[in-house]
Amino acid sequence: MAQSVVVQVGQCGNQVGRCFWDLALREHAAVNKKGIYDDSLKNFFRNVDTRRNGDGVDVSKGKICSLKARALLIDMEEGVVNEILQGPLKDIFDSKQLITNVSGSGNNWAVGYKVFGSQYQDQIVEKLRQTAEHCDCLQCFFIIHSMGGGTGSGLGTFILNVLEDEFPEVYRFVTSVFPSGEDDVITSPYNSVLAMKELNEHADCVLPIENESLFDIVSKINQMVTSGKPGTTVKPESLVTLNEGGIKKKLQEKPFDTMNNIVGNLLLNLTSSARFEGSLNMDLNEITMNLVPFPQLHYLVSSLTPLCTLADVNIPPRRLDQMFSDAFSKDHQLIQADPKHSLYLACALLVRGNVQISDLRRNIERLKSSLHFVSWNQEGWKTSLCSVPPVGHSHSLLALANNTCIKPTFIELKKRFTRLYKKKAHLHHYLQVDGMEESCFTEAVSSLSSLIESYNELDVTKGLPVHDPLRLNIVI
Amino acid sequence: MSIVTVQLGQCGNQIGYEVFDTICRDLHNTQGFCCKRENEVYQASCKEHFFNEEKSGVPIARALLIDMEPKVISQTLLKAAHSGRWKYGQHSHFCQKQGSGNNWAYGYSVHGPKHEESIMNLIQKEVEKYDSLRGFSTIMSMAGGTGSGLGAFLTQNLRDAYPNSFIINQIIWPYGTGEVIVQNYNSVLTLSHLYRSSDALLVHENDVVHKICAKLMNIKQISFRDVNQVIAHQLGSVFQPTYSPEDSCQYRRNPLGDLMASLVPHPEFKMLGLRNIPQMSENSLAYTTFAWTGLLKHLRQMLISNAKMEEGIDWQIRPPLSGLPALEKVLPNKEFHFNTSIANLVILRGKDVHSADLGGFKDPALYTSWLQPSDAFSEWRTHRAFNKYEKLAALVSNSQFLLKPLDTIIGKAWNMFASKAYVHQYTKFGIEEEDFLDSFTVLEQVVASYCNL
Repeated sequence: MAQSVVVQVGQCGNQVGRCFWDLALREHAAVNKKGIYDDSLKNFFRNVDTRRNGDGVDVSKGKICSLKARALLIDMEEGVVNEILQGPLKDIFDSKQLITNVSGSGNNWAVGYKVFGSQYQDQIVEKLRQTAEHCDCLQCFFIIHSMGGGTGSGLGTFILNVLEDEFPEVYRFVTSVFPSGEDDVITSPYNSVLAMKELNEHADCVLPIENESLFDIVSKINQMVTSGKPGTTVKPESLVTLNEGGIKKKLQEKPFDTMNNIVGNLLLNLTSSARFEGSLNMDLNEITMNLVPFPQLHYLVSSLTPLCTLADVNIPPRRLDQMFSDAFSKDHQLIQADPKHSLYLACALLVRGNVQISDLRRNIERLKSSLHFVSWNQEGWKTSLCSVPPVGHSHSLLALANNTCIKPTFIELKKRFTRLYKKKAHLHHYLQVDGMEESCFTEAVSSLSSLIESYNELDVTKGLPVHDPLRLNIVI
Repeated sequence: MSIVTVQLGQCGNQIGYEVFDTICRDLHNTQGFCCKRENEVYQASCKEHFFNEEKSGVPIARALLIDMEPKVISQTLLKAAHSGRWKYGQHSHFCQKQGSGNNWAYGYSVHGPKHEESIMNLIQKEVEKYDSLRGFSTIMSMAGGTGSGLGAFLTQNLRDAYPNSFIINQIIWPYGTGEVIVQNYNSVLTLSHLYRSSDALLVHENDVVHKICAKLMNIKQISFRDVNQVIAHQLGSVFQPTYSPEDSCQYRRNPLGDLMASLVPHPEFKMLGLRNIPQMSENSLAYTTFAWTGLLKHLRQMLISNAKMEEGIDWQIRPPLSGLPALEKVLPNKEFHFNTSIANLVILRGKDVHSADLGGFKDPALYTSWLQPSDAFSEWRTHRAFNKYEKLAALVSNSQFLLKPLDTIIGKAWNMFASKAYVHQYTKFGIEEEDFLDSFTVLEQVVASYCNL
């Protein structure tokens, strides 16, 4: 079984990371009743016998002694990481997995990338090597960060480069939180566009997330919970909505936690078929293989359903089918996008729980006529069936779409960038950093433009009549 | 007398398990509809083909489990051991930690060479256990990365290492609408490579088996397990012991060889299809009786009209009248009228098997002009029943059965190739555009050959 390492960078990255690890532990606790360190745990956790000297020795089989997360926590401020280390998750991390500073990156990509990048490069490489050494087969790095700030954006993408140089064979999946329109960080367009260039060039696969969408989803859950409609009580252990405590309380007090949980669930569901058994497995390397038809088009729009478990025990097939329909509605996407009205290059359905191949096929047949697929991939579906459902649900679905509906997000980003850059607003903060020049900006926006252009070229083909290319002529 | 089954990838291993389970259950079936002595001889023959005896008494399947990631093999080994009736050998498996990622190139060019020595050693050790090795049967899907890519590489190796043994590949043809997005590329690469090294490709189509589960077996929520069990039943109906009147009136010693001799007279034609009749759920079996005339009439029409199962057969289609000029060349995208065969093998099992009349299958109109029915048609009759079916007929056919599915897959793959989508994933591991073109050429040739029958 292969292993994955999570690299959480910056405030957002670490907060989402914290939710992810909490959810992961609870998922495994629910599935692994006997406390044996099995293959599925091995993916994200080491099993360490801490009674032995100092470091603790890795125990590869048998009972669980002490689980340690395969993670690196990096932040140029201490607040968030310290909170994690003092909270209920403190035992799964150790000091060797942290890199922190006190000064922060000042919401400046250049500081994160150029200043802290060079300052911490050796430490980063060293700690990555250590983490990799604890794996007998390292398959994937998951990077979690936001695009709009300084550390997550700058240092995060610097680390992406390091990963490509030091571990070229290991996949790099990046979960990026994109800034929303009313972001309070003025320079977020600069940071995001500069980071986008790095994502274009060095990531294998990017899962963009927008806070606006997460917030809308959370509001929807809130509505469902408080609506009082008969049969709509949410089960208390529903993994989507909470860590601990009551649902209502959480939603009102800490909306970010609930939002972050959705992203945590995204990562759990993405890896479920690699960790747990099923009748049609899907490993992480299959995701890039099937969903990335051309190297630069590696941005995937994701949606998770159902959002919460309703208390009825008997799920009629209609409810199951509803889950599939919801996955394609724009309300369930984790970015502001509408895949149904744009062009699909490829689509993956990762199903968990008591769902069989016939359910899957029935729903694909039903839905495909309302979706537009590119001419050379009319049956562009990749599917997987994992037997283990998420905690508190009988089944769930994660849909990943390589779809041109992501284009507006990039166009919007470019617009906001141009608005600032035209006036050279705040540019001096960046240019005064050693190694930063105006060409960094022009190259970055050019990279983004070329990406947008690629999506344009595909969009043009939508709805056009399909002419199959002539086949080879064989003379007998 | 032994056949070594090589289970490759998730699909191969999941199906392989069902095959041995079905064979074992049939073995112990008391409803053989024959005398005790006959049953004992059947059981002995079956064990000799498929199992090794062990001191503990639990038979060990003559199989090797190969996969590039461990989850499926662990599950399969466990399930077999739990059954109590049979199990896999302790050292009969090979697996790695990371799969092939649905990438044919990775399975063929990376995993293949890397693990060549270990896997061939494993096979050699297994082969050494037998007095006479008759051949290999590999079970693999075309859609993924390991079964398809590593499977193609391994088949080549088997051909080189064991030039006198037969190799038959059980190929699982994926659902038309996506299991895997790059399944058409993987399929084209697999088929073209296997065509060079294998003796025969016996094809099982997921779409067809799915329909059988839905319409004939009446299963509401069809799982892969259901699909795999139907495939296992179909395979069992072909490979379980058959009586050979030529072979000094005992059970056939070399079913694989006999199958090849009957069905593959020419190396250009290796695509075999399989049809079974009747096909129904175990519950219904107890309440239904059949007559051979009815069964064989349906089976013949299934052959002629290229029906995938015994429901919805087109009875309008008739063979061309002899003496009239040959039908115009059949083009795959035109509506099919008549399925021309090169060779057919009908296997009959069960009650009153000797009274069954197979005359309809000897009609020269069914066959291509360059073979006489006496050479083109073979029949195996065994009165020991299989899997509780009082009467069962299996048809293994080398005909235009697979022409349309093959043409469809080539079309879709070509369409995708024209846009160069996903090609970078293959060139990354050494499969270049020329390799794709070679594969397309080989398969277009196969299509043209079958078209011109």
